[in-house]
Amino acid sequence: MNTILEVRDLRLSRAGRPILSGITFSLSRGGVAALMGPSGSGKTTVLRVIAGLERFDGGTIVLDELTLHAGAHHPRDVVKKLRRQVGLVFQFHHLFEHLSTLRNITLAPTHVLGVPAGAAERRARELLEALGIEHRASALPRELSGGEAQRVAIARALAVDPPLLMMDEPTASLDPSRRNELGELLARLSDQNRTILLTTHDEDFARRWATTILRIESLITHHSS
Amino acid sequence: MRRFPLSLGCFAIALVFLGARASATQELKWAGDPEGGAPFVEADPSDPNKVTGFDVEIAELIAKGVSRSPRFLFVPYGSIDQAIQRGTAEIGLSGMEDTPARRAAMATTIPYYAFREVLAVRDADAGALRRLSDLKGRRVGTLGGTIAYEILLQAERRHGLEAVSYDDDVHPYSDLLLGRVDAVLLDNVLAERRRKSMSGITVQPAPVATSHYVGVLAPRNASLRDAANEVLRTAMRDGTLERIFRKWGVWNDDQPALYAKLIARQPVPAVTLSEADGSIGVATLSRWQASLRYVPSLIKAAGVTLVLSCLSMAFAVTLGVLIASGRVYGTTLARLALTGYVELMRGTPVLLQLFVIYYGLAAVIRLPAFAAALLGLALNYAAYESEIYRGALEAVPVGQLEAARTLGFSERQVLRLVRGPQAFRIALAPMTNDFVALLKDSSLVSVLTVVELTKQTQIFATNLGSWVIPGTMCAAIYLAMSLPLGALARRLERRWRAPTG
Repeated sequence: MNTILEVRDLRLSRAGRPILSGITFSLSRGGVAALMGPSGSGKTTVLRVIAGLERFDGGTIVLDELTLHAGAHHPRDVVKKLRRQVGLVFQFHHLFEHLSTLRNITLAPTHVLGVPAGAAERRARELLEALGIEHRASALPRELSGGEAQRVAIARALAVDPPLLMMDEPTASLDPSRRNELGELLARLSDQNRTILLTTHDEDFARRWATTILRIESLITHHSS
Repeated sequence: MRRFPLSLGCFAIALVFLGARASATQELKWAGDPEGGAPFVEADPSDPNKVTGFDVEIAELIAKGVSRSPRFLFVPYGSIDQAIQRGTAEIGLSGMEDTPARRAAMATTIPYYAFREVLAVRDADAGALRRLSDLKGRRVGTLGGTIAYEILLQAERRHGLEAVSYDDDVHPYSDLLLGRVDAVLLDNVLAERRRKSMSGITVQPAPVATSHYVGVLAPRNASLRDAANEVLRTAMRDGTLERIFRKWGVWNDDQPALYAKLIARQPVPAVTLSEADGSIGVATLSRWQASLRYVPSLIKAAGVTLVLSCLSMAFAVTLGVLIASGRVYGTTLARLALTGYVELMRGTPVLLQLFVIYYGLAAVIRLPAFAAALLGLALNYAAYESEIYRGALEAVPVGQLEAARTLGFSERQVLRLVRGPQAFRIALAPMTNDFVALLKDSSLVSVLTVVELTKQTQIFATNLGSWVIPGTMCAAIYLAMSLPLGALARRLERRWRAPTG
């Protein structure tokens, strides 16, 4: 089966106000998918729902073998499996402020996956090198520039090696030249084993780097490849 | 003869001082403490605005003798000397003991009542515990800052007993019955009063020492003192004093003997010891020499303060973390219960909580004084600490918690690895603040007979007759303990600004 993610008729309201009304799309394995739509159309919410951070009121989400159902909290074992499948890079990065760049990246591998500290650190340094920020390994999050912080956040998410990596508005804080660097990076990262789903407002960026573009318009998604 | 906590005392003095300014010059302002109760000074049961007692009648007698009208001012027992010194009132009459220090520092009247320091024991011990030398290795209670306490401090060295200082004259006897102390040394007036109201107490007849009650005036008021002395001598001669003391049921054969000497103008020593030799008090030494003698006990008391504060804080921090975690992560019921606990502990005075734990719970669990003090402070401060931690936990950005969750951390790991460490950094400054506050609040435990720094200073000042040197030393020691704490906290904060790994 070549589909990694299938979202069917996803519906969600908050305090009686509809946020998502019947969103349906599927993603095949590999490549970069851009989820686009006007502000307030629920792009970020879609990512949060897939990451298991929000409950939803209707529809289903199928990730590989895993199915998320509407309603109450997801069962603990489902959430646990989900976290191994999906990574999320937040728009504002949310790095752990008290830890160095390196520790931000090694924390999850050592404590969640039980990787030995030495191996986790080697892998983290490889990731930093691949992202071109190996010289910032001992810096604290508050000492990083916006672009650097984004790369650390990407490295942190990649360290646990999720098949689906989602990114919320990664282009928002980057100037045009930086956006192309990001596009190249994402193109390198995405392969048969890794699919990238991102939200963006940048039409040019999406056209140039995305292999799939999904649009939320009037609360309905349109598919175009 | 009951004493108030220092802060309340200062407040009372301030109130009295404000009131005193408005009074007319023809009044004789006299200070006493109705907390001491009958037969000294007590609020009149039929009119709580009035006071009665033999000290009240002696004040009336002296006022009449100098053609003035008496006006009573409430001053806590332990602060009467200072109130007289600063002119709040002219004469203090409240079972004031005739000590060498008081004679040296103040203008005291001639004695008007002779008392005996007597040992009270449980009925079962009446045969075995007759004198101080029988009390080796045992705890003996008394009122702090009195001749009896000074005698017990000397007896600690001489007979190997342990002196326990109380702030009032009721709890020594109730603790005697509870077995927290094995004897109480106080004057016969107080002992008789308790023997009548509580059963199971035997008062040993042989006195440990004898002394007297005197009126206390400021040295600049020596002429008023001399006039008061003449009034008292006349009252001794014409039987007025005898009438007063008979009325209050405390007349005995010691009084005619004392009065005969005073009428004949013979010298009367302040304190006569029957058992121990050596003088009581420190009046024969210079103040500096006397102060030096107190340094070891002050340092020991500072140790008690420091150990008590550190242990209470450690408990308060642990408990505070648990309460805060419960309030942030717990079920609705747990949150409700913990919020109730926090509000109860914050909304009631710590002094009351200490009383409840030590005296109130004594029927159920008889905690040693230090343990009760530790527990009381820890339980109270835990409520404050928990609020700091709760605020700190909630101050860690939610985004970081969500980032941690998407990485696969369990909630427990999020707390331990991401939320907790950052919350602790936020909490450090207010925690240091609380620890310094606790260091000083620990002085409240003196009501549970724990002698810590402030209490020891008070005892020291009472015996020395001055607050200047003891107060300065006490302040210096508190600062010596709190300043390094602040420095340590700043260093930690600096270190935590650097990455942890």
